[in-house]
Amino acid sequence: MVFFLAKRLIQSVFVMLAVAFLAFSLFRFVGDPVSQMTGVETSVQDQERLREDLGLNDPFAYQFARFTGDMLRGDFGFSYRTRQPVAEMIASRMPATLELGVVALLISLLVGIPAGVYTALRPRGFATQAILMITLVGVSIPTFVIGIMLIFFFGVQLGWLPTFGRGGTVNLGGWETSFLTVDGWRALILPALTLGVYQLTLTMRLVRAEMMEVMQSDYIRFATARGVPMGRLYFRHALANTMVPVITIIGLQFGGVIAFSIVTESVFQWPGMGLLFLESIRFVDIPVMGVYLVVIAFFFVLVNLIVDLLYVLIDPRLRISDVS
Amino acid sequence: MLAFIKRHEGLWLFTRSPAVMIAAIVAIAILIGAVFAPWIASVNPYDLASFSLMDGLLPPVWEEFGTEKFLLGTDDQGRDMISSILYGARLSLIIGVSAMIIATTLGVGLGLAAGYFGGRFDALIMRIADIQLALPAILTALLIDGIARGILPPEMQQDLRVVVLTLAIALSLWVNFARTARASTFVQMNKEYVQAAVMQGQHPLRIMFVHILPNILGPLLVIMTVDLASAILLEATLSFLGIGLPADSPSLGTLIRIGMQFLLSGEWWILWIPTLFLIALVVSINVLGDFLRDVFNPRLR
Repeated sequence: MVFFLAKRLIQSVFVMLAVAFLAFSLFRFVGDPVSQMTGVETSVQDQERLREDLGLNDPFAYQFARFTGDMLRGDFGFSYRTRQPVAEMIASRMPATLELGVVALLISLLVGIPAGVYTALRPRGFATQAILMITLVGVSIPTFVIGIMLIFFFGVQLGWLPTFGRGGTVNLGGWETSFLTVDGWRALILPALTLGVYQLTLTMRLVRAEMMEVMQSDYIRFATARGVPMGRLYFRHALANTMVPVITIIGLQFGGVIAFSIVTESVFQWPGMGLLFLESIRFVDIPVMGVYLVVIAFFFVLVNLIVDLLYVLIDPRLRISDVS
Repeated sequence: MLAFIKRHEGLWLFTRSPAVMIAAIVAIAILIGAVFAPWIASVNPYDLASFSLMDGLLPPVWEEFGTEKFLLGTDDQGRDMISSILYGARLSLIIGVSAMIIATTLGVGLGLAAGYFGGRFDALIMRIADIQLALPAILTALLIDGIARGILPPEMQQDLRVVVLTLAIALSLWVNFARTARASTFVQMNKEYVQAAVMQGQHPLRIMFVHILPNILGPLLVIMTVDLASAILLEATLSFLGIGLPADSPSLGTLIRIGMQFLLSGEWWILWIPTLFLIALVVSINVLGDFLRDVFNPRLR
């Protein structure tokens, strides 16, 4: 078990290094940092001095090592566009994106898992066929169209919910949360639904496929023959054994949720990291792009490490043997 | 022989499923409309002289004030909606299909080579694939687009927009092909016909493309349809975000972005008709993809 986790930890470090390298290459090779920081009136001598001060004349490996060191100490540099520290810009946008992502993921799981179990247990039922048809259409409708539809029905036609922004937020020691006001929750509903629907179809399809496979296995047949009550059979015996692949997919989905939050945030003008990233692409604000990438990769790696820990908790075999 | 039976079985299944037949008809109709757009469309939406502001914001023919000249109405510039949509679908399909072809070529080439040679080359390709899989396709495409903006000189930006967009989409979709091609190649490597070809001393490229490739086409074809749908969605999403194509050469995504401005006013057709069209296109491609998967994978039936 320790070996298994250590291996995963080392892999994660390598992924982070690769992403940091990508961010560094962006910063170093896409456009010239010096010409971005200076104006037309800066003299060539000043430019050269700045180049030397920034260490852009140092050997490549040395520059990369310093870049990584700065990142580790939380020094992410300055935005080309706003001249503010990138760390502050990202940090002020992060709560909005994380809250949106967590609620979307919850919607995906709380609806997706029961729906997947139901459609697996009643494969020929009318409701199952209807649900499967809806999910096929759901997968084909782009996220932004789902967002527009929700805005149109609940925002414009019915006028029930706000269609842009975060509503009221409460500052909890630097973390702007919308969980504590009615207004904030109302503003959160439509974006979270938009983001959650696509993930929901993925969760449902996966749980359904796993569940159908497990239900065919010998131990379930034996349990049925033994007369185990249906409820216990389905949830204790069958569903528990589908959890390992399901948890894997949740880890992967988290990445999807964060990425698609770019689209959702754009539709709903949600002031999160995704919107910031879009702006930074439009203005070729390389430092912000690079740091966004590193932050996203960090969350992704972190979630997948937690997933690995959960494996150990869920699957007793991993706790006993040290082989895998 | 096997392929022949499968084809027949596929044809038989095809006639049994009305949803698949409708999907095929919709997809083919949109394809024909897009290919022949310059001959079908009444106006050229890129040519400012061919439409007039006087015709702006006309509703579809069945609504009050609609005219037969513009069956699905006009936008605020007086462009005929049908013409805009046909030209938009044309651009979406051109980008989607080219991106899919580039992604297939790149992915299958690398996947075949990784599966055939194995070892270090395989490990390298698969690590790159793993890292890219950690970033969702839309993020990769946005990133490539951002890099292109930084590298290309401003005067070339507009002209190369379509090329940049196509490459960004292609480079974010190749991984699926590479992984599938690699896995299928591994299976084929143990077959006698491959070993015989290796013993004969045939060139690796010949073994890969002449012998192995035809035997792994089935699963690749399924991914191609699924990825075509993804490519079209990705293009629409990027254009919707305002990162893709500019407003003067609109794809379906750009048309929807423009239509968003009319969400609060009464001109529903400017937004919903292109949206409906995009959904119809993607749904029918996905239905066909599901159908192909069933044909090539009898176990799932």
